[in-house]
Amino acid sequence: MKAKFLVIFALAGSLVASIPLLAHHGNAAFDVGKRVTVKGTVTEWVWANPHCWLKFDAKDDKGNVAHWVAETNNAPDMIERGWSKNTFKPGDEVTVTVEPVKSGNPVGRVVGVVLANGQALGMSYLEKK
Amino acid sequence: MSKVSSLLEIFGLVKVSPGGSKQNRKSPHNRVVRGSFSSVVSHMSNSTSLICKCRYVAATISLTAVLAFLISPTMASAQTGSSGNSDAGKDKTTPSGPILRDGWGTPVTNALKPGEKPGPAPRHDISGTWEPARGPGDGIQAFGPRDMPSDGKPGHEPPFTAFGLETYRAHKPLEGEERVLESLSNDPRNICDPMGFPRADFYQFRHTQIMQDEHKVAVLYEFEKRWRVIWIDGRELPKDIPEPRYYGYSVGKWADDNTLVVNTIGIEGESKMWLDEAGRPVSDGVHVEERFHRVDRNNMELTVTIDDPKMYTKPWVAMNKFPMRLETPDYDVVEMMCIPSEEEQYYKDYGDPASGVDSKQRK
Repeated sequence: MKAKFLVIFALAGSLVASIPLLAHHGNAAFDVGKRVTVKGTVTEWVWANPHCWLKFDAKDDKGNVAHWVAETNNAPDMIERGWSKNTFKPGDEVTVTVEPVKSGNPVGRVVGVVLANGQALGMSYLEKK
Repeated sequence: MSKVSSLLEIFGLVKVSPGGSKQNRKSPHNRVVRGSFSSVVSHMSNSTSLICKCRYVAATISLTAVLAFLISPTMASAQTGSSGNSDAGKDKTTPSGPILRDGWGTPVTNALKPGEKPGPAPRHDISGTWEPARGPGDGIQAFGPRDMPSDGKPGHEPPFTAFGLETYRAHKPLEGEERVLESLSNDPRNICDPMGFPRADFYQFRHTQIMQDEHKVAVLYEFEKRWRVIWIDGRELPKDIPEPRYYGYSVGKWADDNTLVVNTIGIEGESKMWLDEAGRPVSDGVHVEERFHRVDRNNMELTVTIDDPKMYTKPWVAMNKFPMRLETPDYDVVEMMCIPSEEEQYYKDYGDPASGVDSKQRK
């Protein structure tokens, strides 16, 4: 059974390792390949440079609140991926998958977000019509 | 099925451009491809045909996606302490997907209609709005110039002089073989200093508007909204540089009907500029040659050669026939600025905690 789960994780790793990475900086700060999925409430969506970043609060079982910060790419890149300045507003419920940093802080870079209505936002470029 | 679809979309596995696999297999970086699916393909063994690989990968993806999504609540719970399953995805009504829009908000269309062949290249004319033909990621060149990335692979290290290597070692880049943590970099770009030329060709080389008249060619870069002028009125490069510039002094001459050869000297150099995102150096003595070759009406190739005896023992090609394609004439380029106040906020909110440092430790 353990071996089966190892296979599953290895396969999942091979998938997520192919996600386009960020251009502003390298991988030095990140726990590369690790994925954390967090459900939380948006506090701020900063549409800015050099990257946009999403701030959201997530509670654990004991009611402790972690203030997460997850970055995306720059604004033009996000536009080309179908995101916009109005994608999130404070209070939105989101499920965010991030590649976390090694420092242990609740910080990471966005792999994907699922909105409350089920819409999934990814990091792939849109195609022209 | 909707759960699986959501997962695949999140992980960038469902937007595969037609023919993407073939193009992407040529790309050295996973980061620069349009579809991640093809990146998975690129990692497969070469011993089987591409079709077999695709089938195998598709089966692998399906299986893995289902299994991974089934166990994802467990993972989320373990890593966040959350007790409940995610209710995201319960709503079965999927909104219509987003569409690609330009800066004006207009849906973007291909310059060529389906099945339409490019016409011949106009003579002595490279004007138009151009984008990297393999997608926006191809021009980012985060590891350094497209054909000389700092990725540790043989042949990808430029021929440094001793001074060049010393200067390179003093740079603390965010990308490439010498990368450092987010807040510990000394890249002048981090504080929105101008990147200058030739780095404008080597980093965030995105939509590039080229306008020309009989005297000059103006190149308008998307990143930082910077621009430079190439004189094509027959003048020679200045013998004595009046004063060094971030974007240097450029003259262009037509080598044939469709190839403009541009030579540039007189840049600020090592005291204020880097060559690329990976921290390679460039000196005030550099001579850069660009060859803009318009293949046909809709396609152009850019080749850039660096000749910098102070930093490199011999000339080397940084971009070799980098493909660009023409956008429609009405395409409006989005703003992509470097804004010091936003940079400061970015490091405060994200960069410092990501690096595990406080602002006093920041470089």
